[in-house]
Amino acid sequence: MKTGNEHGELNMERSADRLPPMGKQLDVPDEPTFLQESIHQLRRNKAAIAGLLVIALFLFVGIFAPVISPHNPLEQTISMRKAPPFTEGYLLGTDSLGRDMLSRLIYGARISMIIGVVSVGIALFFGLLIGVVSGYYGGWFDKLVMRIIDIMLAFPYVLLTIVIVAILGASLTNAMIAIGISQVPRYVRLVRASVLAEKESDYVTAERSIGASNFELMFGSILPNCLAPISVQATLGVGEAILSSAALSFLGLGAQPPTPEWGLMIASSREFITSAWWIVTLPGIATLFAVLGFNLFGDGLRDILDPKLRD
Amino acid sequence: MLKYVLKRIALLIPTLIGVATLVFAMVALSPGDPARVMLGERANKEQLEKLRSELGLDRPLIEQYGIYMKNMVQFDFGESIKTGRKVSEEIKELYPATIELAFFAMLFATTLGIIIGVLSATRRNTWIDYTSMVGALFGVSMPVFWLALVLMMIFSVGLDWFPTGGRINIRYYFEAITNFYIIDTFIYWIRDGDPKFLISSLKHMVLPALALGTIPLAIIARVTRSSMLEVLKQDYVKTARSAGIVEKRVVYRYALKNALLPVVTIIGLQFGLLLSGAILTETIFAWPGIGKWIYKAIEARDYPAVQGGVIVIATSFVLINLVVDILYSIVNPKIRLQ
Repeated sequence: MKTGNEHGELNMERSADRLPPMGKQLDVPDEPTFLQESIHQLRRNKAAIAGLLVIALFLFVGIFAPVISPHNPLEQTISMRKAPPFTEGYLLGTDSLGRDMLSRLIYGARISMIIGVVSVGIALFFGLLIGVVSGYYGGWFDKLVMRIIDIMLAFPYVLLTIVIVAILGASLTNAMIAIGISQVPRYVRLVRASVLAEKESDYVTAERSIGASNFELMFGSILPNCLAPISVQATLGVGEAILSSAALSFLGLGAQPPTPEWGLMIASSREFITSAWWIVTLPGIATLFAVLGFNLFGDGLRDILDPKLRD
Repeated sequence: MLKYVLKRIALLIPTLIGVATLVFAMVALSPGDPARVMLGERANKEQLEKLRSELGLDRPLIEQYGIYMKNMVQFDFGESIKTGRKVSEEIKELYPATIELAFFAMLFATTLGIIIGVLSATRRNTWIDYTSMVGALFGVSMPVFWLALVLMMIFSVGLDWFPTGGRINIRYYFEAITNFYIIDTFIYWIRDGDPKFLISSLKHMVLPALALGTIPLAIIARVTRSSMLEVLKQDYVKTARSAGIVEKRVVYRYALKNALLPVVTIIGLQFGLLLSGAILTETIFAWPGIGKWIYKAIEARDYPAVQGGVIVIATSFVLINLVVDILYSIVNPKIRLQ
C-alpha cells in the first residue's frame, strides 16, 4: 500500500522498503493489552496452570458435593466403624463413628471453599473501602486508620483471630468474620500505598479537570489500577483463610461437630493416631492440596502481573 | 541513628495503649459475666453482687478502664480465676518454655533454610532446586497442627524415637532453675555428672521444634533463594568471577553476605510470630508454654489470664519487630533516611 501523499511518492523505492509508509501503521495489529499479555504469560506458567487446575478441582468437588459424594457425610454406620481405605463401598474408609471419609472430605471441600471466599470477601470489602478512602482523602481519617492498623498488626495473626472469635463466640460464621477482619490490614496498606502513588498521576488530574467526582475517581479510576497486587494477595489470602479456619476449628473455636470441616476432622482424629492412620492423614492432605492450589496460582499470578519480572 | 530509634520507640507507645484498650474491650464485649464464671452456676445473687463489687465490675465502664490501664502500666494483671495465682507469676514461669521452643524451631529453620536456599540458587533449575522449592511450597501450605500429629504418629507411636509430649520425662525428679529446661538440665549435667536430664529434655524438644519450624523453614529457604539469585546477578559478583576467584568463594564469601540481609529480617519476624504461633504446637505436644496457657484461659473465660497473656505476647511481638527494624536500619542506611 502506498501512502498516497506527495512526500511518499518522492521517496526512493529502497527507503520505502525499509521504512513502512505512514499509512501502514493502521494495518499493524494493536499492541497486546495488559490482559491479553497476562493470559499469554499465564499459559506459559506451568505452576500457575497447575494451581488453577487444583483450585478448579476443589471448586467442582465443593459445588457438586451432593451429587458426587457416595454417602451422606453425617450418616453413621455403627457396624462399619474405622474401616480402612479400600473397604467395599468406602473408598477412603470410615471414621470412628462409621461415617464415610470420602463423603466427609468432599463436603469439607465445599465448606473450605466457602470459608476461603467469604473470609477474603469480607477482608477485601473493608480493606479496599478503607484503603481507598484513607489514601485518597488523607488527613485525620487516614491517621486514625493507620493507628488502628498498627494496633491490629501488633497482634500475631493467629492470636488476633482467636481473640476476635473469643469476643464473638465460637462458630464457623464467626470464624470467617474473625479471619476476614484479621486480613483487612494487609489490603488497607496495599490499596492505600497504591492510591497514594496513583492519585497525583496525570490521568487522575485529567479526569478531575473534566469534572469526575471523588467517588468516580476513587472507585472508577484509581482502584482498577491497583487490582494486580490485590488479586495476588487475595488468591494467597484464600489459602491462608482455609488454613486459619482449620486451625480455629481444631481448637474448637470454629466449626462445631458434626460438621465435616477438615480442621475439625483432624481434631477429632487425635485419639486415633495409634489405630487409624487414615482418619488422621486424609483431612490434612485435603487441606494441604487445597491450600497448595491457591499458593501455586497466587505465586504464578505474582510473576505474571509484576511487569518488572517480565523480560 | 539515635533519632530514628527514639522516633520508633515513641511510635510504640500509642500502639501499646491501643493493644491494651483492645484487650479491655475484648473482655468487656465478651458474652458472659466474669463473676458468674468464677463462682459457677449455683452461686446466688448476693454472692455474685459481692464478687462483682470486689472485682470493680459494678463501677462504670470508664472507671474500670482507668483502673485497668493503671494496673497494666505496672504489669499487674491481677490473679488468675482458675488457679488463684498472680498472672504475672504464671507468665514468668511459662514464657521461658515458649521462648525455648521458638528458639530451637528457629535454629532448625534458619540453618536448614539458608543451606537449602543457597543450594537452590546456585544450582538453579536443577532437580535440587525444583525439589527444594516444591518442598517449600508444601511447607507453607500444610496445617501445622496436622504435621505435628503426623510427626507424632510416625516418630512417637510408630518408631518410638521421641516422646509424644511434655518437656521432660515426668518420672524424673527435676527442679527448674531458670525454666529454660535445656539450660537447667545442662547445669544438672555439669553439677551431678548425669546427662539423662539433658538427653530427656532434648528428646522432648525435637518433634515440637520440627513442627513449629516447618513454616519458617520454607519461608527462609524461599527468601534466601530469591535474594541469592538477585545478588548473583550483580556486577560485583561478575567482577569477582572474572577476576578468577573460585566460584565457591564468590558465593560464600562475597554473595552470601549481602544475600542474607533480607533473610535476617524474615528470621526476626518469624521468631516474633513463633512466640505466639506456638498455640497449636504447644496444645498438641502438651508443651507448658504461654500459647497453650492462653488458649486454655480463653476456653475457661479466665479473663485476667487472657488479658495478661495477650498483652505480654503483643508487647514482645512489637518489641521484636522494632529490634528487627533497628538492626536492619543499621546494616542498611537507606531506611534511616526515609
